[in-house]
Amino acid sequence: MVESIVSTGVAIGCIYALIAITYNVMFSASRVFSFTAGTLGMLGGVLGSLFILRMGMPVAAGLVLALAGGALVGVVTEIVAVRPVLKSLEQHLYVLSTLALALVVQQFTAIEWSTEQQPFPRLLDIARGGFDQQFWLPMLACAVVIAGLELLYRHTLVGHAFLAIAEDNFAARALGLPERTLRMASFALAGMIGALAGFAGGEMLLAFFANAPVLTFYGFVPVALGGMGNNRGAVIAGILLGLFQQAANFLVGGIFASVAVFTVFIIVLLARPEGLAGASHQRRV
Amino acid sequence: MDMQATPLRPSRAKVQGASSLYGAALPFLVLFVVGVSFPLYGGGYWGVIATRACIYWVLVSGLNLVVGFGGQIAIGWVALLTLGAYTTSVLVAGTATPELPPYLALAIAAPVGAVFGLIVGLPALRLRTFYFAITTLGFATIVTQVALAWQSVTGGGVGVAGPVFPAPFDSQWGFYYFCFGLAAICTWMTANIAASRFGRALTAIRDAEVAAEASGIAKPALLGMVFLFSGAVAAVAGGLFATLQSYITPDAFTLDLSILFFIAILIGGRGSILGPLLGTILLTVLPEFAAPLVAWSTFLYAVLLLVIVLAMPGGIAEMLDFRNRRPLESDRAIVPRPELLEPLLGSPPDAGALTLDEVALSFGGVIAIDGLDLEIGPGQVHGLIGPNGSGKTTTLNVISGYYAPQRGAVRLNGAAMPVLARHRRAHLRIARTFQTPRIVGSASVLQNVMIGGTIDGEATFVESLLSLPRHRRDEAKLHDTAMLALAAVGLEQLASVRADRLQHSELRFTEIARALMLRPAYLLLDEPAAGLSAEEIERLGALILAIARAGTGVLVVEHHPDLIFDICHRVTVLNLGKILAAGTPAEIRAHREVVNAYLGA
Repeated sequence: MVESIVSTGVAIGCIYALIAITYNVMFSASRVFSFTAGTLGMLGGVLGSLFILRMGMPVAAGLVLALAGGALVGVVTEIVAVRPVLKSLEQHLYVLSTLALALVVQQFTAIEWSTEQQPFPRLLDIARGGFDQQFWLPMLACAVVIAGLELLYRHTLVGHAFLAIAEDNFAARALGLPERTLRMASFALAGMIGALAGFAGGEMLLAFFANAPVLTFYGFVPVALGGMGNNRGAVIAGILLGLFQQAANFLVGGIFASVAVFTVFIIVLLARPEGLAGASHQRRV
Repeated sequence: MDMQATPLRPSRAKVQGASSLYGAALPFLVLFVVGVSFPLYGGGYWGVIATRACIYWVLVSGLNLVVGFGGQIAIGWVALLTLGAYTTSVLVAGTATPELPPYLALAIAAPVGAVFGLIVGLPALRLRTFYFAITTLGFATIVTQVALAWQSVTGGGVGVAGPVFPAPFDSQWGFYYFCFGLAAICTWMTANIAASRFGRALTAIRDAEVAAEASGIAKPALLGMVFLFSGAVAAVAGGLFATLQSYITPDAFTLDLSILFFIAILIGGRGSILGPLLGTILLTVLPEFAAPLVAWSTFLYAVLLLVIVLAMPGGIAEMLDFRNRRPLESDRAIVPRPELLEPLLGSPPDAGALTLDEVALSFGGVIAIDGLDLEIGPGQVHGLIGPNGSGKTTTLNVISGYYAPQRGAVRLNGAAMPVLARHRRAHLRIARTFQTPRIVGSASVLQNVMIGGTIDGEATFVESLLSLPRHRRDEAKLHDTAMLALAAVGLEQLASVRADRLQHSELRFTEIARALMLRPAYLLLDEPAAGLSAEEIERLGALILAIARAGTGVLVVEHHPDLIFDICHRVTVLNLGKILAAGTPAEIRAHREVVNAYLGA
């Protein structure tokens, strides 16, 4: 039983962590938390199932197309819901615009795809084992994304530009960095990461439109606990969240798990609104 | 009534106010008549729709105070509908307790909802927009999961029967009138709040939080009351909803419903009662006109929300606001009437001197102020000048409690003022203005000024909710005082205009009028002359002097040396957080270092 708790918990935790990284990538480019983060995860599963099961494409093609779909939704988020409100003085507007877009995508999926849970294909043609691919694929995806982001941010020019924008938007623009293009690229990247989360975790989560709000919430918990913009913190917090949830699920039942996660989340947020690893900001008058 | 102010009250604005009040009540009257006579022309199914619209409005009216007025993004409010529905149904069904009569169950649901409204809402005191939105979303998910899993009480996925109210409310139209009556009462109560100091304070928290604090508005207490009220009416709506559904399962309370409530408010327009009411009716009725669209309704709501946010953030309320589309006079001038300050300010009690002892504060490695001594007496104008970054505004922020000094103390009449207690400053009669005017743009100039007198109201939230005499007395008095303050700074002809239509200089004088509402012992002005014309600066100077003559001590942070030297009794020059010079204007003008460093030869 312990084995099963650990493998399920870590796998689910890695999916949460990937959604948290999706939030972070969008946040560092725009200072905006987007409600579409969980929607992207949901889309990864739905698109994977659509291309591979319904349309019969090979797994690799399905993966590429699902990621492309995620990137597209990421870019649309930037154009439709983020760019128009970035200049607005009213800081709450992005919450509403990204929420609206997330709902549009989610409802469209519900109507055009299905309101029921749909099966997701087995990605690799190997026999079912104790430590099955449905567990290790999300972990692999998470590791690949973390390693990829480290490489990108530390060793490429584009990555340095991303960091510059995240650190100081004004200074970066003054240096002549194409802020808007970089922001769109960040959102495309975030879209792919979100879609990958849903794709790699497809067998656990299935292709289901209602995964969107669930992932939006549980994906944000690691962001809040790990500190916004902090990807490593997000992975650790995500895995802990997954383990805690699964353990509580097995030991005392589902409601307690949800209530406990929610309670811990609220208490931590109230005690440290900047996250456990974040720094506080003086406010300006 | 404030008899002292009556003869000075400009009569034209009063007449305008009365006619607009009548005009504002008219749409509600029409809706009321239509609602009462609805059974005459609405057949069976439309009766259900109308009942549903009433029930939704009971919830939305309360949520409107949270979202539309307070600006708190509570998107998961369906949780309280769920809670109310289950509380009522379970108590009536008797699965956990002895069976209770429906009215009693509904009456119990209200306080339960109030408590949970407070629990869901309280994080708003600490968390910013997105965080708060997501906690309400999480709460909505949790409540549904609990309802699903707690089978012995809620019936789990099978559900539980909704309560049936006894005659005369058991028939379709009987129940409709029950819900309609509650909806009408909720409209009346929330309209009372909207027109009270509590409603104005909520909009101030939404649009100009620092100004709200400087006016003495305590955010926790205010939002707490609003969450209690909003939770209670939402739970009552839940009980009614359960009756209308006749059988409830967790599936009935989807997030879509929450989104409907939320969007109804935004479509209606923030800070309005009529707008969200029309929005609720619209969103309830709309899907019924186009049956094939029912499946798409949430999709359409979401598209609508996107369009509203991007294209018309003011919503229906702004569309209907014809009055504020009339062009304003273009060559209007601000002509203060300092002679009105005496009746306005009365004679402030001697608060003693305001002193800073050795105050020091640094941000990280940057020293903002370094061992600053300052003393201002009642009736004195004290100028604070110095180059950018010399610590002028920081000094002001320390006095008004936004920053805690790391060393030293700020004292009033010898007693140290509480550190970081921003909204307590107003109670010590210390008022301030801001470098960038902090104004509620969608409220009228008069309402903005009335915000300044919030702490002088005596009626409690409940008294205002029910429009009891003390509430009406408060409002009449605040209205008259605010008109007087506006006349004193020279803006009374703009009283009923939306504040965001004003010119920059007019906003500065509006802020001064708002600060005067406190009858301040000390008034802190942060660059009041910035952006003003030469003529306006002259009038500002005369106004400040008159304020000081009435007994108020004034601290002016300014860049205009002429203004400072004209009006100040004493001037302190700061450089790099330290006092470079202090003395009378004549001494400062002759001070060699000051001339070299700052004034220029």
